[in-house]
Amino acid sequence: MNNGLAVVVIASGVAYGTPLLYAALGELLAERSGVLNLGVEGMMLVGAVMGFWTVQRLHADTGLTLAAAIGVAAVAGAAMASIHAFLVISLRASQIVSGLALTIFAGAAGLSSYLGNNSNLADQPASHTLGPVFPSAAQRWPVVGPIVFGQNALVYASWLCVALVWLYLRRTRPGLNVRAVGESPAAADAMGIDVVRYRYAHTVVGGAFAGIAGAAFTLAITPQWVDGITGGAGWIAIALVIFAFWRPELCLLGAYFFGALQALAPQLQARGIQLGPTVLWTSSLPYVMTILVLVLVSASGARRRLGAPAALGLPYVREER
Amino acid sequence: MHVRIERRLRQPRWLAVAVPVGSVAVALVVAAAVLGVTGHDPLTTYRLLFDAAFLNGGSLGQTLVTATPLAFTGLAAAAAFRMRLFNIGAEGQLYVGAITSDAAGLYLGSHGWPTALVVAAMVAAGIAGGAAWASIPGVLRAFFKTNEIITSLMLNYVAGYILTYLVFNTESYWRETKGFNASVFPTSKNLPARAVWPGWTLPAQGGITLPLGAGIAVLVALVLWALYSRTRFGFEAQVLGDSERAARYAGVRLRRKILAVMAISGAIAGIGGASQVGDFRHALDADPNSLQKRQYGYAGIVVAALGRYNPFAVVLVAFLLGGLQNAGITLEGPDFPAGLVGVIQGIILFAALGGELLVRYRVRVARRAKPEGPRAAVEAA
Repeated sequence: MNNGLAVVVIASGVAYGTPLLYAALGELLAERSGVLNLGVEGMMLVGAVMGFWTVQRLHADTGLTLAAAIGVAAVAGAAMASIHAFLVISLRASQIVSGLALTIFAGAAGLSSYLGNNSNLADQPASHTLGPVFPSAAQRWPVVGPIVFGQNALVYASWLCVALVWLYLRRTRPGLNVRAVGESPAAADAMGIDVVRYRYAHTVVGGAFAGIAGAAFTLAITPQWVDGITGGAGWIAIALVIFAFWRPELCLLGAYFFGALQALAPQLQARGIQLGPTVLWTSSLPYVMTILVLVLVSASGARRRLGAPAALGLPYVREER
Repeated sequence: MHVRIERRLRQPRWLAVAVPVGSVAVALVVAAAVLGVTGHDPLTTYRLLFDAAFLNGGSLGQTLVTATPLAFTGLAAAAAFRMRLFNIGAEGQLYVGAITSDAAGLYLGSHGWPTALVVAAMVAAGIAGGAAWASIPGVLRAFFKTNEIITSLMLNYVAGYILTYLVFNTESYWRETKGFNASVFPTSKNLPARAVWPGWTLPAQGGITLPLGAGIAVLVALVLWALYSRTRFGFEAQVLGDSERAARYAGVRLRRKILAVMAISGAIAGIGGASQVGDFRHALDADPNSLQKRQYGYAGIVVAALGRYNPFAVVLVAFLLGGLQNAGITLEGPDFPAGLVGVIQGIILFAALGGELLVRYRVRVARRAKPEGPRAAVEAA
């Protein structure tokens, strides 16, 4: 196996980018319905720990166990998101404070850590892990081998998810309704769309995606569990949604780009190349680029074509419209 | 059954106290249920926490160590959130304040300046650093209408990477380059003795050190309170927070206010960074698993929200939450899993956020929806 640096970086960029992609798709659904959820990191961590807990405790064959683990992670993420949904949709709390509260409650020093430490999950190798799907002969093909055929099932499933979310938002009636709810809840309400139900559903489904994103860490990328295993990926996912102009297909590209940036520094180090400032710019670039994109998006003119859902972050109170 | 939520026209004063207190009580009951389900006796656990936070020997001193940075970041958040400027970048502003004030302390402390002047310069440097870092989202918001929530959040990470980089990946001014240890593992330079902030030792609990930073935090709270409730500037900022349109018609200069409030908010977080260096760590703490793991900036938003953005309440909440966090660190072990305090803290915050509804709205439960009389229509308006 003697692949060039570019191939290795892109291949691991796809692997590292997958949790970002899942989390970003979930956040995109919530934001398209007008709910900003800053609790992604917390939801991911609870998904990560619950997914890992399932593979350690369930004794079935590998495929079934992993499927169950991903399911449990999704439910755990959705449960976390439903707290946020209840607070911001029904109780009209500030979306920003509630999302941060969710990260504090569920995050590296909260529930995820409590669950993991209370069941002694730390420092164990995973009993089952997600491995490459295709036979090793296919993985040896030049370039496409490692990048396309060397990935695990979650990666291929994420491509399907991108297509489904795209179709849902662009080609279905409920998808159109979500966009209406996110852009102008008062108008959507007048049309007879149940704003509250749409916002709940998309926030909770968004949480399920974040839970799966967390499981991608503990079942595939680093198959073990430690406090704060996601290492800030949840915040990058929030950035990614903006970076991708709230579009699922661009989330895919952005996730792999940010993933490749994460992979670059360790790969250079492995090849004995002195890092110096490289580590600084590769790690800060996702954040700096997101800021630049935000400035671009907020410039008038571009706003209408590329901008955020107009009602993002605002509670909808029927009596006060 | 039908639940109706109506906006209150007047918010009674007593509610602003009763609701947070009630929320904490509800939260403690919910957290007790969580503890019971996961196999811990709630009352014993609460007793342990309270003792470890405030009563055991030396615990108050440790609580102050945690509470001081929380007070600064809480005040920073309160200063901006009051104007509905959601600066969630106190985390990064604290790091940058630490970097600048450490540089000032290292330089002036080793050039023979007296302690009082060095401390003053470190505070000033912290203010400058924090304010400058907060001005990036401030300028972007004021001139390009870029959402400050996300930009300030993103800059936290950039600041964290810069902080780590300065000591771990480059031979910067902040890094120790002499001595054997420094050649084995990257460390930051220790502050010269002149740059270490003085503290006062109180005779209780076998000697509690009252850090200078805690005093400065109370002073900042006082200034912030005066600024917001006693000056034209504060009044205009509040109007702007309530209604941007009304403020514009009244001739408030929007851009200036945004720039000023973001800078003030960042400056307060920056003093928090200076206090980290001068009061507690006496060096630039660049380890990604140390200061950066404490997440004082994010916790500060919780503190500000629990204190309902009132500066004095924020200081009080910082003290209580600091106690809780300190107890969590002290007790952590097999019987007391890490993360428990975060769970309790999160539940308290959720309860407080939910309780906020009762301050702003009146909740009516009726068998079925009554036809709207004129009185109900007025109340709902």
